[in-house]
Amino acid sequence: MDFEQVGKIIDKYEEKKTALISILHDIQDRYNHLPEGALRKVASRLKMDLNDIYGVATFYKSFSLVPKGKHSITLCLGTACHVRGGPKILREMKKQLNIEPGQTTADKQFSLNVVNCLGVCAIGPVMFVDGKFYGEMNPLKAKGVIEKLNKNKKRNGVKS
Amino acid sequence: MRKIKSISDLERCRQDILSKQKQYETVVSVCGGTGCQAYDCQKVKAAFQKELRNKGMRERVALKVTGCPGFCERGPLVTIYPHNIFYQRVKAKDVLQIISETIQNGRKVEHLLFEDPDAHRKITSSQEIPFYRAQMRLLLSNNDLIDPTRIEDYIAIGGYRSLAKALFQMRPEEVMEEIKISGLRGRGGAGYPTGKKWENCNHAKGEPKYVICNCDEGDPGAFMDRSLLEGNPHAILEGMLIGAYAIGANQGFIYVRHEYPLAHKNAEIAIKQARRVGLLGKNILGSGFSFDVEMAKGGGAFVCGESTALIASIEGKVGEPRSKQIHLVEQGLWGKPTNLNNVETWANVPLIINKGSQWFSSIGTEKSKGTKIFSLVGKVKNTGLVEVPMGITLKEIIFDIGGGQQDGKRIKAVQTGGPSGGCIPASLFDLPVDFESLTQVGSMMGSGGMIVMDEGTCMVDVAKYFVHFLQEESCGKCLPCREGLKRMGEILDRITEGKGNGEDLSLLEELSEVIVDTSLCGLGRTAPNPVLSALRYFRPEFEAHIHQKRCPAAVCTPLIQYSISEVDCTGCGACKKVCPTQAVEGEKKQSHRILSEICSKCGSCKDVCKANAVMVQ
Repeated sequence: MDFEQVGKIIDKYEEKKTALISILHDIQDRYNHLPEGALRKVASRLKMDLNDIYGVATFYKSFSLVPKGKHSITLCLGTACHVRGGPKILREMKKQLNIEPGQTTADKQFSLNVVNCLGVCAIGPVMFVDGKFYGEMNPLKAKGVIEKLNKNKKRNGVKS
Repeated sequence: MRKIKSISDLERCRQDILSKQKQYETVVSVCGGTGCQAYDCQKVKAAFQKELRNKGMRERVALKVTGCPGFCERGPLVTIYPHNIFYQRVKAKDVLQIISETIQNGRKVEHLLFEDPDAHRKITSSQEIPFYRAQMRLLLSNNDLIDPTRIEDYIAIGGYRSLAKALFQMRPEEVMEEIKISGLRGRGGAGYPTGKKWENCNHAKGEPKYVICNCDEGDPGAFMDRSLLEGNPHAILEGMLIGAYAIGANQGFIYVRHEYPLAHKNAEIAIKQARRVGLLGKNILGSGFSFDVEMAKGGGAFVCGESTALIASIEGKVGEPRSKQIHLVEQGLWGKPTNLNNVETWANVPLIINKGSQWFSSIGTEKSKGTKIFSLVGKVKNTGLVEVPMGITLKEIIFDIGGGQQDGKRIKAVQTGGPSGGCIPASLFDLPVDFESLTQVGSMMGSGGMIVMDEGTCMVDVAKYFVHFLQEESCGKCLPCREGLKRMGEILDRITEGKGNGEDLSLLEELSEVIVDTSLCGLGRTAPNPVLSALRYFRPEFEAHIHQKRCPAAVCTPLIQYSISEVDCTGCGACKKVCPTQAVEGEKKQSHRILSEICSKCGSCKDVCKANAVMVQ
């Protein structure tokens, strides 16, 4: 893997140690996870111990050391979404994708994540899929979102 | 925009902006908050852009994408000024009609107006809607008026005037005194007097000093900080500037949680604009005072809302709290005096400086002054952000503003204060809301989440939810929190699975006491609150789970059974269609049955049954 982009990201934050979390976010956005080589590069450029960087990368839930799927499905299970039936949607998602939260499907298409609040409580239960919010979800609607993404995949597959 | 180098520059700039704005006969405000984005408000905005251009109306009609006006449930929201017509649930296909009817002919589009559910009459302006009528929107009302990505909009409504007043008419001590007299207390949850905190930081030895804005709004169910930073970021910057001037700080940080991308983006834009015009940087308005702000991002850790953990996170470290024997105002960021306030606290500062501490302290109760924003969510009809004077009763918030119960189920409690707070039963809804009264009944103000719960909410399940939440978010540094919460979670799991025994409740109370007394930081010390308050007010629900192996709210799946009433079932087949496990059998127009062996108890059948024939026991 080529880590030229990692250098550019570090440059953007002027090698500041305080920007470590932002740097890791940018790397994850670029590579879909935090590759070991990238973390080594960050350690040497910021003159930090690799252990400390590993500590930060594993402490914060937003980071992943393994590649994420093409589609990111984030389900909110904050209190408001919980009392409005969020757990039912989680059960449906686990069944549809056959994975647990934090995991990625074997075909690397979907990653399922659970968060404690997206701050869109007024229209819960909420799902955040590939950068778009879906409000007032129920198990059926959630299933529909996955099916649509799957259909798109097949259609694109035929084209290529 | 040119550099603003003095007070007179600021005033001249404001007049320029206002005269430019006068060229527009009409202003179309489209809410661009995260809630409305979920309802595709971008498409509404794009449709307005296209149609106004096609009709050659861009010179006369201004299109503005604003922050969140709070009534998220009714989004996308569009307001037309100066007509002051409030449209809700607007779709892109409605745009042509709004232009031809309202903008060109001054007529209302009836089907987009809000309908009062009790009086069944259409309401034109947002101020008359029951949801808004009982509110006092000192902080949130500006969200409707400004495009958060344009500093001009903030300056036009008098923005940065309070800063000018502080810098040129007040000494730092006078600013601190003003905030102290106002009675402003921290809106992040603990309610510490803001002016006193500033003074402590000002008096602390050590240079440089820092100010921090905490937007790590991790309390599930609270989103007022997101809306404020997203919708009016310059007000937060102005508050920080005034605070920094009073304290003697030249550098600030805004810490935003990773889950709030739009708030992060809008704050970043605001900082760049303020730097460009000279409202951040060196020698602000020619006063000699210098100040700048940097953004910091969280990484999905709830504990980082705790001030010492947040500081560790800004330093680029693991977000573990430390003992607070030495306060942050003495040794905070990099060991230097640091003043940390929550977003809503900072937002109040320009208001107090502008209108005076006397005015501010005339609002609210004896010990809690001003307004507080609550996010009213859960099982209530009108959900969204609600700004009310301190001292208003829970009943007024939930029934007058929130419109009461949602789908025929009686409201039984409201949860406030997030995972550190507790559930308040309906019998106490006459309680005036302020810092003291909420603590007295075993809950707390917290950051202002208000989650309404009805008969369909199981209080044991809610207690279990919070314990698991906190167990997962515990950083693991101290033992009582790390191990104690795990054991409490196991006991609650057992109870909800029908395996509880007679000693479980006293064991829960004993564990709670130890965790409260011996944990290191606020997360652990308040963690048992949801369980203790549920036990205090809803003990019979726990006992029903333990002794009768029954979940009265029909939530805990191991304790419930779904069945279909032969008498009521019309045989429409709707339940059969939605059942994800094919557990429903029956012929069309004949009574259906649920096969309990394969039923996953998801409740989808009950949700779709029009005949009310699905029963839970």
